[in-house]
Amino acid sequence: MKKEDLPQDPGALDQFTREVCYVKNGDGKYETALSKGWEVKKQALDSAWEEVNERVENARKAVANGEKSPVYYFMELRLMDLPVLSGYTGIFPFFIKRHFKPSVFKSLSERKLEKYARAFDITVSELRNFKG
Amino acid sequence: MNIDSQTDEFRHVQTAHCENGVTTALLRYHGLDFMTEPLAFGMGSGLFYIQIPFLTVNNGPAISFRTMPGAIFKRTCKSLGVEVTRKRFSSPAAAEAFLDQKVKEGVPVGCQVGVFHLTYFPKEYRFHFNAHNLIVFGEQEGRYQISDPVMEDVTSLSREDLSRVRFAQGPLAPKGHIYFPEKIKPITDEMIRKGITAGIRRNVRDMLSIPGNFAGVNGIRHTSNHVRKWRDKLGLRRASLYLGQIVRMQEEIGTGGGGFRFLYGAFLEEAAAYLQDDRLANISEDFTKAGDMWRASAIKMAGVYKGRLTEQKDFEEIADMMLDIRLVEKEAFQKLSSLKLGK
Repeated sequence: MKKEDLPQDPGALDQFTREVCYVKNGDGKYETALSKGWEVKKQALDSAWEEVNERVENARKAVANGEKSPVYYFMELRLMDLPVLSGYTGIFPFFIKRHFKPSVFKSLSERKLEKYARAFDITVSELRNFKG
Repeated sequence: MNIDSQTDEFRHVQTAHCENGVTTALLRYHGLDFMTEPLAFGMGSGLFYIQIPFLTVNNGPAISFRTMPGAIFKRTCKSLGVEVTRKRFSSPAAAEAFLDQKVKEGVPVGCQVGVFHLTYFPKEYRFHFNAHNLIVFGEQEGRYQISDPVMEDVTSLSREDLSRVRFAQGPLAPKGHIYFPEKIKPITDEMIRKGITAGIRRNVRDMLSIPGNFAGVNGIRHTSNHVRKWRDKLGLRRASLYLGQIVRMQEEIGTGGGGFRFLYGAFLEEAAAYLQDDRLANISEDFTKAGDMWRASAIKMAGVYKGRLTEQKDFEEIADMMLDIRLVEKEAFQKLSSLKLGK
């Protein structure tokens, strides 16, 4: 990539930093240059977030319809999957899957709820009372 | 840049990739002023390609354009005879105590962290990715002074925030991983040249003769075969998200552009100067070409996830572009191999 071709399309990095890229200067030698971003990758990131938002919205609906427990919703909201949530709670994925069922969730111990609440950065009552 | 907030000896270095940056800045701190990001990347045989089978990351394919986390620091230090201390901890309190001891001694240290809870990162970039690296180089008013190599300036984190990211959970959980160069002997030009040739030879081996069909240059063909099937198998929507994931792994902050290929081209240019060997400078051009081709394929992929390109023939074209890239990279590494450097 030539230095003059380095894109400068503002994106999510705007308030954070410009990024270092390796480009060819006029003498055909490599040097570093700072870029604000590139439309092509910005759109990839945007579409990843659209997907996340849709998953979260579907999870919310599932809780509202009584199909899934709040654990499922907050897992999606925090961009987690089973291995990650298992890491933060110390609860095995097999049991987490069971806790997605509203009937099982209702009978969860205070201790387990606390583990989930801590992993999700919310209070136990926020977790217990989430209705979708 | 806010120079005042840096300690006398430690100098923040902004680089494309975090691990290269930590390696470069820590080695420079210890007097290795010649160290640059491309040199660290090349000595550490950083260039790679892999699509890890059966694994999905953030609901997309697990693809990497670089070698495994931690390898660059380890290999580069080793080839320069630099002894390294690294520790992981089971308890956050012990990890914090060890870090505090190092800060008190005035020793800058590398830390592996997760980015999900990294407060200074933009929200859009905070996924559960646990192989980010930064340097802690001091403490001021109860906050750790942080040099994050992807940033233009230094920053800071509270005790709680740093502890949290050092104990992020999930795949590649850092477990408080802390590392720093310990003993450094004088480095001769001969050692640098040897490190360069060893790094190139190892990279040739990784890209050309790694077993299995999903890694090295053959890994590119593996992904190319997948891309042909994605539209039918996953539906257009999921398939385009998968392409988006490739573009992010390839072009996002940390890669230097073109899936680290430009960075490797810059390394070969430096290597040519160290080894007084113009053939390396010529092969550098091949990697520049590969990087440009990766970027061209990214533009094509963007056409799909923007919804402009929807046909199977578009996926076929992308797959064909990847096959062309594979050929360019394969030939470039075969040329490097035939140089018989260091033999």
